[in-house]
Amino acid sequence: MKQLKLFIIVALMAIIIWIDLPENFQIRFQIGKFKIDTKVNPLTIDWQIFNTNIKYAFRTHLGLDLQGGSHLLFETDTSKIKPEDLNDALASVRDIIEKRVNYFGVSEPVIQNIKAGNKYRISVDLPGISDVNTAITLIGRTAMLGFFEEGTDSAKIASSSPIFLRLTKDTGLTGKDVKKATVEFDSQSGKPQVGLSFTNLGAKLFGEITQRNIGKAVGIFIDQIPISTPTVQTAIMDGSAVITGNFTVNEAKKLAITINSGALPLPIKLIEQRNIGPTLGASEVKKSVFAGAIGLIMVLSFMIIYYGKLGIIASMALLIYGLLSLAIFRLIPVVLTLSGVAGFILSIGMAVDSNILIFERIKEEQRKGQKFNVAIRVGFERAIDAIKDANVTTLTVAFILFNPLNWEFLPQFGMVRGFALTLAIGVGTSLFTGVVITKRLINLFYKN
Amino acid sequence: MFNFLKFQKLYFIISALVIGFGIYSIVTWGYHYSIDFVGGSNIEYRSTKPLKKNLIENIVKAEKGIISNISINNTSVSIQTQPIDEKQELKIRNSIENQAKVKIELLRFETVGPTLGKETMNKTIIASILAVMGILIYMSFAFKGVNFALAAILAMVHDFLVVIGSYSLLSHFFGAQLDTLFVTAVLTTMSFSVHDTIVIFDKIREYINNEGRGNIDYYANRALIETMVRSLNNSMTIVFMLLSLILLGGSMIRFFVMALLIGTITGTYSSPFVATPILVRLEKRKK
Repeated sequence: MKQLKLFIIVALMAIIIWIDLPENFQIRFQIGKFKIDTKVNPLTIDWQIFNTNIKYAFRTHLGLDLQGGSHLLFETDTSKIKPEDLNDALASVRDIIEKRVNYFGVSEPVIQNIKAGNKYRISVDLPGISDVNTAITLIGRTAMLGFFEEGTDSAKIASSSPIFLRLTKDTGLTGKDVKKATVEFDSQSGKPQVGLSFTNLGAKLFGEITQRNIGKAVGIFIDQIPISTPTVQTAIMDGSAVITGNFTVNEAKKLAITINSGALPLPIKLIEQRNIGPTLGASEVKKSVFAGAIGLIMVLSFMIIYYGKLGIIASMALLIYGLLSLAIFRLIPVVLTLSGVAGFILSIGMAVDSNILIFERIKEEQRKGQKFNVAIRVGFERAIDAIKDANVTTLTVAFILFNPLNWEFLPQFGMVRGFALTLAIGVGTSLFTGVVITKRLINLFYKN
Repeated sequence: MFNFLKFQKLYFIISALVIGFGIYSIVTWGYHYSIDFVGGSNIEYRSTKPLKKNLIENIVKAEKGIISNISINNTSVSIQTQPIDEKQELKIRNSIENQAKVKIELLRFETVGPTLGKETMNKTIIASILAVMGILIYMSFAFKGVNFALAAILAMVHDFLVVIGSYSLLSHFFGAQLDTLFVTAVLTTMSFSVHDTIVIFDKIREYINNEGRGNIDYYANRALIETMVRSLNNSMTIVFMLLSLILLGGSMIRFFVMALLIGTITGTYSSPFVATPILVRLEKRKK
């Protein structure tokens, strides 16, 4: 039984260390004939359980301030929209921006609607992007409605491939040629559709396009994404067309708004941008990690010099604390920013504090003449009240600052939340390692 | 037994001096506000060769930027202006590259609209007030009486004033900017302050529980003596971490860490020398 317990603990530690391994860390050395040249990487899960694929890569997620990238904040102009359409419009702006950002190929973008008072904003985080000019233009540009016909090179593409892949030739007809888009309902099926009426020039162009494509498909694209690919039955000369698809009424409405405004359903204005180059954050991280390591070594030495054997135990508990916290950061995953790092440093201080409190109590009991075994037991019991109250107040503060219910009168994003999250995780973890682990370690080392 | 409470006047004078000087500094010199609060643009470049200040000034002016500050440290350049957009920034960068025949790397470009900072600030203040109320309720409950909570919170207000006052001095003499990171440092100080105070109060609570409501002066003093080593040791560990971050860490967080260091020192100081005397007075008044 005891061996099983030990085995489980060792296995857990091994998994935690595996999760914590550095990313892409090159190891290259030679012992006699053995040459080792390999890259170390943290644990990656890719399991097939029944029919669900579980995939997870444990790695550190750095915030924009550390990793580099762009944070953009847009404010929407809601003055010209009916209140009942507002939520639809905001959601649709968000979706469109997301599509455009994805088109730009940014990994892990974060796009959020944020309400502040009566202002509606959209925050866009683009990690690791260097060409922010293009990104801003891309996000704010007008939606591109385009009509495409089968290109001459379509013969090269197998006719079995999806229809929109064969529609490669831009007809030159765009959203500018559309006078108005409205939601209509199909007279036979009753399904919602979007009706277009063209300007005079548009009507002429559209007539020519339909004329030469009778029996063939013409694709209607928005932002390069096919919306509808109807097959032309007859030439349409009266300057009107319909876009059909499996729309809900809402979708059709959004599409009509998008085409009408020629842009996003709501006008947006860039009110904040923060662009951090990749080198600045990297050098900051490097220096801070080095400084943190030196600081940690000083703390550990201090504990060992002052508390002797107990100090060694505290140091072990602290190292386990560090490994465990990092594993939790990678598991959740927590996005580490500068303020998050501050929260973590504070929690290291509080983790050591639990141990100091316990040790001072143990010493106090010893001074009263208690035997060491009794002193340890009583010391723990006495210290636990102070540890509990001190940490519960800290957790209360962290909880309020993190704003888990997303109340709009509290901070909803950014550094205050990052700080609160790492502080809370740190304090929670330190309660476990500072009390439970330390007790186990003391029992283990002092039994003999 | 050494009587810590005998020197209450001295503690009061020390606190009053530090806070008074800090408030004087806030009133007369104020802060260098970062663009987080007043809006504007912040550009940081690194160039291959050292650049001349008036060259940059002329280029920024040609791009219709209104400069509030330019500082050059060897090859790194930092420019603060009224809000400009990313296109203007690109033009400025290209002009500098062409005219000075250097290659420039953009380290950082930030533009913040002026209304945003106030909003963040207001929300943080509301959150802090809620946090104070949370502490008040929890401590009143855990310590069976509002006096402990009140004393802890007054000490926290003391630490808050010390930190914002000292930071104004740092801002005036060393150019530290009041930014969102500083707000985080203040929040950290506030939660550390209460955390530290609770340890002493826990001792006093224990004496009251074990030996009955007796002489609060005696209890408080005994608690101070017994927790002194722990308080110092605990602060020492945090100070080690912070000092090494100040000396070896990056420049982006230097003033932030300094604010944290001030917070740690005042947080440690205020528990025995501010919170405890206040508690003793509150408890005595009750009788």
